Amino acid sequence: MEKMQQVVGRARAAFNSGRCRSLEFRMQQLKALERMVQEKEEEILAAIKADLHKCGHNAYSHEILGVLGELALAMDKLPSWAAPQPVKKNLLTMRDEAYIRPEPLGVVLIIGAWNYPFVLVMQPLVGAIAAGNAVVVKPSEISENTARLVADLLPQYLDRELYPVVTGGVPETTALLTQRFDHILYTGNSTVGKIVMAAAAKHLTPVTLELGGKSPCYIDTDCDLAVACRRITWGKYMNCGQTCIAPDYILCDPSIQSKVVENIKETLQEFYGEDVKSSPDYERIINKHHFRRILGLLEGQKIAHGGESDEASCFIAPTILTDVSAESKVMEEEIFGPVLPIVTVKSVDEAIEFINCREKPLALYVFSNNKKLIKRVISETSSGGFTGNDVIMHFFLSTLPFGGVGNSGMGAYHGKHSFETFSHRRACLIKDLKMETTNKLRYPPGSQKKVDWAKFFLLKQFNKVRIGLIALGLLGIVAAVVIKVSCF
Amino acid sequence: MGRGNPYAGLVRRLQATWLSGKTRPMEYRVAQLEALGRFLDEKKQDILEATASDMGKVRGGPGTGGPHGQRSRGAALPTALPTHVDKNLVTQLDSAFIRKDPYGVVLIIAPWNCPIYVILVPLIGAIAAGNCVIVKPSEMTKNSERLVAEALPSYLDNDCFAVVMAGVQETTRLLENKFDYIFFTGSSSMGRIVMAAAAKHLTPVTLELGGKNPCYVSDTCDVQNVARRVAWGRFFNMGQTCIAPDYVLCSVEMQEKLLPALREAITDFYGPKPQESPDFGRIVGDKHFQRVQMLLRSGRAVIGGQTDEKERYIAPTVLVDVLPSDPIMQEEIFGPVLPIVTVANVDEAIDFINSRERPLVVYAFSSDDKVVNQVLERTSSGGFCGNDTLMHVTLTSLPFGGIGNSGLGRYHGKFTFDTFTHHRGCLHRGMGREALIALRYPPYSQQKLGLVRAASEVKRKGSCLLL
Repeated sequence: MEKMQQVVGRARAAFNSGRCRSLEFRMQQLKALERMVQEKEEEILAAIKADLHKCGHNAYSHEILGVLGELALAMDKLPSWAAPQPVKKNLLTMRDEAYIRPEPLGVVLIIGAWNYPFVLVMQPLVGAIAAGNAVVVKPSEISENTARLVADLLPQYLDRELYPVVTGGVPETTALLTQRFDHILYTGNSTVGKIVMAAAAKHLTPVTLELGGKSPCYIDTDCDLAVACRRITWGKYMNCGQTCIAPDYILCDPSIQSKVVENIKETLQEFYGEDVKSSPDYERIINKHHFRRILGLLEGQKIAHGGESDEASCFIAPTILTDVSAESKVMEEEIFGPVLPIVTVKSVDEAIEFINCREKPLALYVFSNNKKLIKRVISETSSGGFTGNDVIMHFFLSTLPFGGVGNSGMGAYHGKHSFETFSHRRACLIKDLKMETTNKLRYPPGSQKKVDWAKFFLLKQFNKVRIGLIALGLLGIVAAVVIKVSCF
Repeated sequence: MGRGNPYAGLVRRLQATWLSGKTRPMEYRVAQLEALGRFLDEKKQDILEATASDMGKVRGGPGTGGPHGQRSRGAALPTALPTHVDKNLVTQLDSAFIRKDPYGVVLIIAPWNCPIYVILVPLIGAIAAGNCVIVKPSEMTKNSERLVAEALPSYLDNDCFAVVMAGVQETTRLLENKFDYIFFTGSSSMGRIVMAAAAKHLTPVTLELGGKNPCYVSDTCDVQNVARRVAWGRFFNMGQTCIAPDYVLCSVEMQEKLLPALREAITDFYGPKPQESPDFGRIVGDKHFQRVQMLLRSGRAVIGGQTDEKERYIAPTVLVDVLPSDPIMQEEIFGPVLPIVTVANVDEAIDFINSRERPLVVYAFSSDDKVVNQVLERTSSGGFCGNDTLMHVTLTSLPFGGIGNSGLGRYHGKFTFDTFTHHRGCLHRGMGREALIALRYPPYSQQKLGLVRAASEVKRKGSCLLL
């Protein structure tokens, strides 16, 4: 507890010193971070491989590429993101300065997750630094190699007081959460999300919670099944299903169920070969606890493909379940593993109803050639994000805010949305000490005439029409005179 | 059958309506907003009378949502359309947009100091955003509460809107239910309770709280104008305004000039006997009257200081010789009392402000732009207003909200609509171009990785991602 107090206290003192406010400083830190990712690429890939058995290609494209892209964007756009934004004025404020000023929040906490251990601390970190904050980084202890690496590397490249890394498990995180932060971004599950928000409530700390849920994937009968299944296979089994936006389960008409299974089987063969276990491109379950949890979900299910496992290496083969009942265990919790249940529905109406009677998911997927159908599913459901005719991809477009809704989370980040999440948009109005005549309208004693004039001044918004100082002054004087006269 | 939650049935009913999709179509939302407009027009007199009898006023006072109401209704709907976003190279041929989805069933809890207005502005935004809404007006302003509970349901669709009259105990039970958004205006201590309750259901919140809004007056300024603007802001609504200048920071010399100017302004506004002025109200309840009366013991009253318990009247008061450790400097005053704390210079004022919780607004008065900017740049607050008080909230293009202890989230104008919508990132791709997409599929060869790296190098300037 004391250690946490010290770490956070130092970060706060460093923030209060003001040195992370200047754009130059922030750019310098972002550049250093970029250098770190480029120079230490091998070490980063090795750590991720040790944690998740992830091959270089995947580790690079899932984790490093994203961070480099985010860094490049932030460095390019920082001056425009950080600039004060003038706003539309009304008649009363015509001669004033009115703008929104993005300001740092202070000391923010980023709690990462183990499934994409590098990118899930680094991507928010980029936004938090860009916004001018001090940042306490807490990588997940479950992906211990990456956590250790992040704790080693960050102090070598970044300002040590402003961006400390805290390692540890549940007790350390609990102690950390008793401290006061100015924003907390947490990636993980809903249960812990509630704990984080409850801790934040004690300090009125705003939170961004990137949680999870069961992301449904509806396959319409009118679609190119081969293409759809290939894309779904890629998204489902990447990282061994341990992706918050993986298509969790499939909804489709019973008439295409077996074709779906066939197509996925074929694709799996293409991707991982005959013996999946020996494919260098197939990951492993993070630990024994999750391994046993996922295997438990297979009990009583019709396994159409896969099901093989090896506890020693935490290997679970890509598995497909058919005719799954909505009440079964595998349909109750987020699977977060390479098990794909297929639940049959007779129509898109039934699919929509199925989706809506469950918690709002992080992602929703629909495959169909029918644009109207896709539009209909989007407008009649709710989810964090959506991709039509593919999976996962909305995550990679940084102009789209990435986040959940309801049980799948609150708030969003990526690209400019990260900068906004970690900034306070302060409303500023700077008036003149002169021009007192117009103010007389609002001072007591009150009158109906004053109310009418006030309405006139407030309701008219002027951006393009310019009224000169003289004209405004005249209006004000006329108003004041009219009111004085009418009082007699 | 155990003792269930008394509001569970109501919340369930509104949830069922929400799931039916009734509130989603634009036509429906427009119809409800028009009905709300009719409520404002037809019940204008009742609204004025209710707020007047609750707040002890005959005329004037916080509006009934006039400018904001109309502005919000006008601005709301165009922003409901999905916004298309810039795409990267990979998604060039796709459709990428941000949809503004309603949350579902939202709860609006209103404070007593602005009983109708602070219900209506968020309500307009919530309706425009397509939500079902439960409104809980403040139980402390009984007339306004009754008016809203009796009149509003006859204008709005009762399948989708409800008004709950509830005291502290009942509100606690109301908060046990799951809402899809909670919008709360009130004190920081209540704010914590609301957020803790929201955390149990992972409900996002906007908390419009309060604090002590400092008002720095530099030595170079037009004292008459400053005094008028500060007095107006302080005594408006009997000081029961979350954005009122709570206390003044100035030098001893400025204090000497400010006092006579304040006295003159108060007399101009309320006459020689403010108790008889129709523009000066009363404290909302006995508890608050006693609370503010106690605070008068800090420092020394050089203007006002008189009270009348029967009427819950407290005279427009200015206190001097106030110490930072005095009781009046420990809590938000929320009354017609203005303490002056003297500081040597602007640096000391800034340090003073920064050593306390971040307020809803910081005010700074100076004819020297540099001084105003210094205070702006070296402090942190929800909002900032230079050379005037309260006015920044009349500009609906500015977001209104706090930071730290003064709140989280923001509203007014289009920000209200954005508050009550989930911004859903959507990508709509085609089924073709599978050959291009194949780069992302295993098995991964060195060649594939090389291509990926090469592609990303080329595009890094434009921050694109090829998978």
